[in-house]
Amino acid sequence: MGQVGQFALALAFVVTIYSIAASLLGIRIKNDKLIASGRNAAVAVFILISTAIGTLAYLFLTSDYSYAYVAEHSNRDLPNYFKISSIWGGQEGSLLFWGWLLTIYTALVVIQNRKRHMSMMPYVTSVLMGTSLFFTSMHLFVANPFQMNAAKIGTQVVGLFTPADGQGLNPLLQDPMMVIHPPMLYLGFVGMVVPFAFAIAALITRQLGDTWIRTTRRWTMAAWGILGTGILLGGFWAYHTLGWGGYWAWDPVENASLMPWLISTAFLHSVMVQEKKGMLKVWNIVLVIMSYVMAVFGTFLTRSGVVNSVHAFAKSPIGGYFLAFIVIALSGSFYLLIDRLPHLKNENQMGSVVSRESSFLFNNLVLLVACFSVLFGTMLPSLSEWVTGDKITVSKPFFDAVDVPIAIFLLFLTGVGPLLAWRKASTNSLKRNFMVPTAVALMTGAVLLAIGVRHFYAWIALVMAAFVGTSIIREFYKGARARSLGTGEGFLESIVNLTMRNTRRYGGYVAHLGFVLLFIGWSGQAFTEHSEFEAGIGSTFQIRSFTVRIDGFEPVQGQNYSGDRVNVGLYKNGKKIANMFPGRRTYKGAEDEQAVSEIAIRESLLEDVYLVFQGPAASDPSGRTGAFHIYLNPLVVWVWIGGVVLGLGTIVALLPNKKSAPVKRRKDESAEAVREGAPIAKSLP
Amino acid sequence: MKPKQLKFLVGSVAIVLVLLYLGYAGFKSSMSYNQTVSEMLATKDIAYGRHIELTGDVMPGTIKREGRVVIFDVNDAKEKEKIVTIRYEGKDPLPDTFRDNATAMAKGKLDKSGVFVATQMTAKCASKYEKEKAAGLNIDKAGLD
Repeated sequence: MGQVGQFALALAFVVTIYSIAASLLGIRIKNDKLIASGRNAAVAVFILISTAIGTLAYLFLTSDYSYAYVAEHSNRDLPNYFKISSIWGGQEGSLLFWGWLLTIYTALVVIQNRKRHMSMMPYVTSVLMGTSLFFTSMHLFVANPFQMNAAKIGTQVVGLFTPADGQGLNPLLQDPMMVIHPPMLYLGFVGMVVPFAFAIAALITRQLGDTWIRTTRRWTMAAWGILGTGILLGGFWAYHTLGWGGYWAWDPVENASLMPWLISTAFLHSVMVQEKKGMLKVWNIVLVIMSYVMAVFGTFLTRSGVVNSVHAFAKSPIGGYFLAFIVIALSGSFYLLIDRLPHLKNENQMGSVVSRESSFLFNNLVLLVACFSVLFGTMLPSLSEWVTGDKITVSKPFFDAVDVPIAIFLLFLTGVGPLLAWRKASTNSLKRNFMVPTAVALMTGAVLLAIGVRHFYAWIALVMAAFVGTSIIREFYKGARARSLGTGEGFLESIVNLTMRNTRRYGGYVAHLGFVLLFIGWSGQAFTEHSEFEAGIGSTFQIRSFTVRIDGFEPVQGQNYSGDRVNVGLYKNGKKIANMFPGRRTYKGAEDEQAVSEIAIRESLLEDVYLVFQGPAASDPSGRTGAFHIYLNPLVVWVWIGGVVLGLGTIVALLPNKKSAPVKRRKDESAEAVREGAPIAKSLP
Repeated sequence: MKPKQLKFLVGSVAIVLVLLYLGYAGFKSSMSYNQTVSEMLATKDIAYGRHIELTGDVMPGTIKREGRVVIFDVNDAKEKEKIVTIRYEGKDPLPDTFRDNATAMAKGKLDKSGVFVATQMTAKCASKYEKEKAAGLNIDKAGLD
């Protein structure tokens, strides 16, 4: 059966080359049929790679352990949905998955644009297929998921064999979150290829107006949103699975996913300056190129073992190829960009330092610095070893030192930027727009001091959150109020209509609100408390106002694991509020069975009680005492809520604007004017 | 250069300088040397007082617990005869992956008696990791920090 997949890969390789050749030749000799053929070939590649990955899925589901990849990442006891997720559980499969997603995107792009951007599309197809070609070559020649299990003497293959059972999937990956977290990350990564393809096509065809920006803005935003969701899901999984009480550790693999996200965040903002003012054209292309390179580089980091991470393991041969590909992509793009510089003239001058465009500029500046600091910290071990021979590493304190202030400054800009006018904000409008949010922020700051918040960054983050949150809510309030006065709609209806008629603006506000909530969640880290204790049945342990009581130990048995579960009562101020069941499981399959903690978390809006059972306490040989770790994590839930709000805002911003009915037109315009802070807003408080 | 552009430039340079300074301070407080057992032993006296991330394989049967403190020996992955005793005094729970034969990475300092005092530990299970080239988008910070 694996031969089908192998054959599909080989065919895809050939068809990919054909697609590039036909597209490029077609545009050169202006032959529409040839161009169409190149396009169809791109769709065919999608079908072929789908066949390959479908074959791999079949091999996993039928437990065909004559294939090395299947044998190494699955076993018979594994439930079917984990067998499917094992496809991206290792190197070869996850690369194939990457390549497959790319062909899905490619097929969507070429079908969606088959009658549009005729002069650009052949180049778009070529760039997409060029990236695809790189990945298909990897599948075929370097990291082939259809490699048979071969017995070797030296490098000489002496025969094939089929193990009786596979080695199983890493127990930590046997989690529903792990079924969706990697695909989300990859969907985000791969999504960065599309804007890049359009940018390169725009450079080649010298069509550097707004076309490529408008075509790719939604793509970028979608990819950005998906990537962000993927990152947050990873944090969510880590928090609920790993048992160290946190969700972000500046691990190189986390960093790898963060870098393209930071760059594309910068792009989503600076692109508005180009649309509105015709400025930052070169810069935007640089950002698109960078997010593409960072996405490939992120895959390289995760997959090559070049950095020392708990994620990325043994050295692998793919590293060199990835680096070569990145160098080619970078030098090609920048050569093209420099050659086309005369076509990328700014149409406007920069406005005042206190203006909308300048807030975008500072946003870009610090996002870039953030990305650079992450890149520096991640690559430092490799770089320092190369330069000095010593492997020097930095950890959380370094990243926090740079990136926490940046994040808070960004939050500040989030509140300020949207309220500033383009060109130059007048002192009057500043006063009008900032008075209320500033007052609320100052009050929040005073209250926080009064209740004993002394952690500077947490304090300022919460004060900023109050400032930004207020200014966003006020925007909705002002807009909806003006609208309901003009149209006679109810207030809530006005909010919905307002949002639907300017999805990008109000979706953006909702996304910003998501960030405010994220910051509230992050600031909770400053107040985390952690303790460890040993306890037998009936004994209790107290942490702040919470008491845990061990009520019993019981054995548990699952399809592919066995273990123990502890029945714990959680009391607050003496009143029972929950039962918690931390446990410990041993998974079958791996030749060295490994116990994994099942964490119990009692989540609430104010704080989480996070309980880890470490197994029998070493001090009590009878085994009737358990060792526990307990964390109090304030406000963590707001990280997840913020993530959801951020996602919703992104979805709103992606929706097309609802058109106004002609009759209502005039009123809508006045409503719009009010929202823009024009003088007719006399009805406002 | 126009005054407006100058303002931007001054603002940007100021921001970058502040961040550079913060980065430098953060770097100084968190930098450490990532070394294997034999690399650390080779540096001799220089090793004392340095922040080190020490990588070695946990020797079977050496793990001893004294209350919260865990003491064990690690040897170099290649030069098996190079051995260091690690004394883990950290607050966080030891990762599930920490046990005999696991590859441990301990953060801490070598004290004058030759015992490595660690405050943070990560561990990966050696045999499985070598066999499975990449068990995936894997154990996100299993026990890191």
